[in-house]
Amino acid sequence: MEIVFQRPKALADVPFHYCSGCSHGIVHRLVAEVIDELDIAGDTIGVAPVGCSVFAYNYFNVDMQQAAHGRAPAVATGVKRANPDNIVFTYQGDGDLAAIGTAETVHAAARGENITVIFINNAIYGMTGGQMAPTTLVGQVTQTSPYGRKIEAQGYPIRMSEMLATLEGPSFIKRCSVDSVKNINDTKNAIKKAFQNQMDKKGFSMVEILSTCPTNWGLSPVESLGWLRENMIPHYPLGVYKDIDGGEKV
Amino acid sequence: MKGNEAIAEAAIRANCRHFFGYPITPQTEISAYMAKRMPKIGGTFLQAESEVAAINMVYGAAGAGVRAMTSSSSPGISLKAEGLSYIAGADLPCVVVNIVRAGPGLGGIQPAQSDYFQAVKGGGHGDYKMIVLAPSSIQETVDSTFDAFDLADKYRMPVMILGDGMLGQMMEPISFPDSADRPTYDKDWATTGTKNKRRANVINSLYIQPEELEQVIWAREEKYREIEKTEVKYESEGLGDADVVVVAYGTTARVVKAAVKAAADEGIKVGLIRPVTLWPFPSEIIAKTAKNVKAMLSVEMSTGQMVEDIRLAANGACPVAFYGRTGGVIPTPDGILEQIRRMVI
Repeated sequence: MEIVFQRPKALADVPFHYCSGCSHGIVHRLVAEVIDELDIAGDTIGVAPVGCSVFAYNYFNVDMQQAAHGRAPAVATGVKRANPDNIVFTYQGDGDLAAIGTAETVHAAARGENITVIFINNAIYGMTGGQMAPTTLVGQVTQTSPYGRKIEAQGYPIRMSEMLATLEGPSFIKRCSVDSVKNINDTKNAIKKAFQNQMDKKGFSMVEILSTCPTNWGLSPVESLGWLRENMIPHYPLGVYKDIDGGEKV
Repeated sequence: MKGNEAIAEAAIRANCRHFFGYPITPQTEISAYMAKRMPKIGGTFLQAESEVAAINMVYGAAGAGVRAMTSSSSPGISLKAEGLSYIAGADLPCVVVNIVRAGPGLGGIQPAQSDYFQAVKGGGHGDYKMIVLAPSSIQETVDSTFDAFDLADKYRMPVMILGDGMLGQMMEPISFPDSADRPTYDKDWATTGTKNKRRANVINSLYIQPEELEQVIWAREEKYREIEKTEVKYESEGLGDADVVVVAYGTTARVVKAAVKAAADEGIKVGLIRPVTLWPFPSEIIAKTAKNVKAMLSVEMSTGQMVEDIRLAANGACPVAFYGRTGGVIPTPDGILEQIRRMVI
């Protein structure tokens, strides 16, 4: 019998702890498929963040390091500099990458550190139960912005892809979404390019992925997809923000 | 050679090829030396965006199986405390140099020993230890650097070299040990890529189940107990018939030696214990000595930190006095001699 669908080899055979409708499962699978297709599992080292995806070290069937909150790009830098032939990726959420780890993110990008960054932007802190994130939208209600994020009190959400695209170091920065089959396929292609760039020694690549957090948004998985499309995509436009290969930009 | 440069050269000769640092006085010469040498020998020198990033780069590189190092001075070590806790929690070997300056806060840039507690009692969160080496000459600084890398690899834990601005800036003639004579360590736990030949390695300090975490911590404690039995280092003199024994380490011990000699010239029976390892602390010799002397004196460039460990070790067998200068002021032999005289009245 012909096998038409199976678990990627780079994904460990263990159940995810993620909530129903959470995007982490999809993105984990995409990363694992890319690792399989590029045949790099034996040379890949992943760096897990602090946040919902902290247990990524249990889910990817490759060597993994778990980093302190926000420090994944610094840890990945150490891993990459130790063994430059290895393929090193970080997997981080918005609180990790765009708040507590902003300096590590910006400077790894500025150095053009030859690593791949997978950035999950779901506009909320998931692991700690739904607090305001650096990417929480204006007006968005969270546990720590119970009256909605107010500009005068909490300022504006950060657009990381746009910000990092102003730097000379990065080779590829793209914002994607996993809200539809089309966008999931697009996300996978972007992840593949971000890994391929590293193999080709082109330097820092980041794929920002707009994701859902139904549990902390207080919505059903299907409603969450609608909320992402209606609220997140207008503020965080999808597309390529940096591509040294000359791809068409937003 | 200048102390800071001697540390850097010793690290390179001990086969460290990965250094991550951030500028801070009075240890910057270590980074500057590494910046010059590393590119020429195929090594990595990286000036990180912060002390926090530097120690996390060390975490990554150490986890990937190479000898990794960072250096800083007091305020910078506070920033590295998070990373040190993670490194200890993930059982990674690395060497961290603290060329101590006066604190708290920005304090001052002159020599101090006021980071003793931070070095030997933790600094970061959680149940963990670092081996802390406190050299008192440039030659000993070189030897300590070689030892630090070996101890780190042997026990898979962070090792700190605790110097001060005086040691870092001072010049003395030195010779380097031969690295060929040193042991090598198999790092089959490192994240070097599975090459599709083994199960994935994970570097991690997170254990969600309390019983599992407790087991990991107690296993680490067993390692610490073994280190306390086997790795204590100290220098002593004149303990045989001493009435008073002075305890001091690092730069302070150099000054104390002059004071002890002057006291001996006056006919005072005085001895010296100089801890070389601050953790593991030479508690045994202090406990033994405390039973045979009238009093002990701890001399430190702080308001009194090591004195607490001396008192714990002495366990009431004799009074333990303290004399210290702090804020970047180095005690003088005369000041110490005066204290010794008072103790024998």
